[in-house]
Amino acid sequence: MTRVYSIICATLAFMAVALPAQAQEAAASLDERVNAAFAGATGWFVNFIFMSIPGTNFPWIVMWLVIGATIFTIYFSVVQFRFFGHAISLVKGDYSDPEDAGEVSHFQALTTALSGTVGLGNIAGVAVAVGIGGPGATFWMILAGLLGMASKFTECTLGVKYRNENPDGSVSGGPMYYISKGFDELGLPGGKILAVLFSIFCILGAFGGGNMFQANQAHAQITQITGDFPGWITGVIFAGVVFAVIVGGIKSIARVTEKIVPFMGILYVGAALVVLIVNYNLIGWAFGQIFAGAFTGLGVAGGLVGALIQGFKRAAFSNEAGVGSAAIAHSAVKTSEPITEGFVSLLEPLIDTVVICTMTALVIVISQQLIIDPATGNYVLNEAGTAIATVGDTSGVALTSAAFGSAIGWFPYVLALAVILFAFSTMISWSYYGLKAWTFLFGEGKTTELVFKVIFCIFIVIGAAASLGPVIDFSDAAIFAMAVVNIFCLYFLMKVVKAELASYSARLKSGEIKKFTH
Amino acid sequence: MKLIIGLDGQSTGEKALEFAKTVAATSSGCELIVVYVIEWSPFSFHSAEENARRHKRREEEIQIARERVLDPALASLAKEGLTARGIVRHGDVADTIDNIAHAEGATQIIVARTGTGGLSKHIFGSSTANLVMNARVPVTVVA
Repeated sequence: MTRVYSIICATLAFMAVALPAQAQEAAASLDERVNAAFAGATGWFVNFIFMSIPGTNFPWIVMWLVIGATIFTIYFSVVQFRFFGHAISLVKGDYSDPEDAGEVSHFQALTTALSGTVGLGNIAGVAVAVGIGGPGATFWMILAGLLGMASKFTECTLGVKYRNENPDGSVSGGPMYYISKGFDELGLPGGKILAVLFSIFCILGAFGGGNMFQANQAHAQITQITGDFPGWITGVIFAGVVFAVIVGGIKSIARVTEKIVPFMGILYVGAALVVLIVNYNLIGWAFGQIFAGAFTGLGVAGGLVGALIQGFKRAAFSNEAGVGSAAIAHSAVKTSEPITEGFVSLLEPLIDTVVICTMTALVIVISQQLIIDPATGNYVLNEAGTAIATVGDTSGVALTSAAFGSAIGWFPYVLALAVILFAFSTMISWSYYGLKAWTFLFGEGKTTELVFKVIFCIFIVIGAAASLGPVIDFSDAAIFAMAVVNIFCLYFLMKVVKAELASYSARLKSGEIKKFTH
Repeated sequence: MKLIIGLDGQSTGEKALEFAKTVAATSSGCELIVVYVIEWSPFSFHSAEENARRHKRREEEIQIARERVLDPALASLAKEGLTARGIVRHGDVADTIDNIAHAEGATQIIVARTGTGGLSKHIFGSSTANLVMNARVPVTVVA
């Protein structure tokens, strides 16, 4: 009891410090100030990351991710399809030694990584992509998801291969470790500097997409139901709960979310399937819209390229392939063959993007929330000309919510709960990714870890209070900046993965690696 | 004769041990294997932090099981002049005991009746009941 009491005291003390003294004054003006200060401080960084390739309106960073994924796909001769069946087999535990029971299984490493990626990207991100880029964005999203499987494979294999086993028996892995150790092993210079650079971006990404974006969207979702109230209130509550889990070590909360989040994921896909089954006669038409939109744009802002950019961008934001975050989560698995975790990880973009994101997109298209001009068959743009006009003038989560709501009246409430829980689990996951980058820079230790965790919680309040624009921009920018360093380094390290792949597949073929009979 | 004694660390486990002693006394050179299974599923969900610490936690769990359950059981068997060895394994209780018994070519499995009931027992059945229904080796359940 004393422990619980001290944790509660610590939480309250934290909230008192984190809350600005003038919290009593008009909250709207506080939100506005946070917002303006935030946009001013991060604008240059966002502009750099999303700079267009000269002469086009195509952001270079999106090209960077897609080219990376394509190169890995070619270099590993479409590993995502060749070893797909084997990946399923590994997750089922067919190749797991019974003697290792009780260690982290492939299934656990996969689901842990998935709980970090499945979330708002699949619900809000897809709605943003389809709302701006039209149904065609879905096609490009799926393509990016399929290619991204090869990026995940590469980074997660390296994540396990070069992880650190700490003196206390725990493991630390991720791009910062494979960049520094891998470059040293290959005799390449600059590994340490690149690893530090990655860590800095990873910490920013943890504060951005892994934190502020989540808090922001969760708040938006809550106000949909309760009516408008200042964002910092949601922020403080979220920060308090996250603080209790990551600093107070209150496992029960984490345990509850671990159980509920997969359930929510299944419920979400189930609900999407219900909507699709009820409207089965429209599925063919929806796919028609997706294909037609992919190559013509169907009148969306930016046409074909607009659809493509939105699709690629949201896919990358949702499944994080090439970003390097998954390599941190996957590195805890128990295996003597690092490449097996690579195979398992390639299922992640498939589940996240190709299955769940596509479900969301189909529901939005089928629900006909996007307004079509009956004369031309093209989509009607909103007044500003930036996005497709929708029935209820909605975007983001609200659009997904309206789409589901048009078929299942009560589902928006479940969706709101799902968004809040997904936001929470993503925050917990990213607090860990950020922490690993933080300890890579500043060393492991109770005090340094606590400093990070407190800053992390403060950013939750900022994220919930700021308006969506600057937050979403900064979140995207920080996460994509991780991919700049990560993919650059993967080009140098991919030959290590290739050697592993050659050795493993030879032994698999010869029968040296075989299934255990359980 | 080779006997597998499945223990769960509760008081009912003592009865299984006592019964095994009686059975072992009937034949000379009886081999005894005491098995303790830590309930575990590779298909459960964990946070990233728990995964990172899992290896260490597993070692601790095994050590605690050895110290608190297996070692006293082995000592009590040794007192009767019986040779026995202990195995600690993570997994589904019924499956793991059956797998070990099958792999060892055991004559029979001796387990205690599962003590307490509860909601989970109504839904999933007790591990003893599961073992009795699925084992490939004869099972004796000690009341």
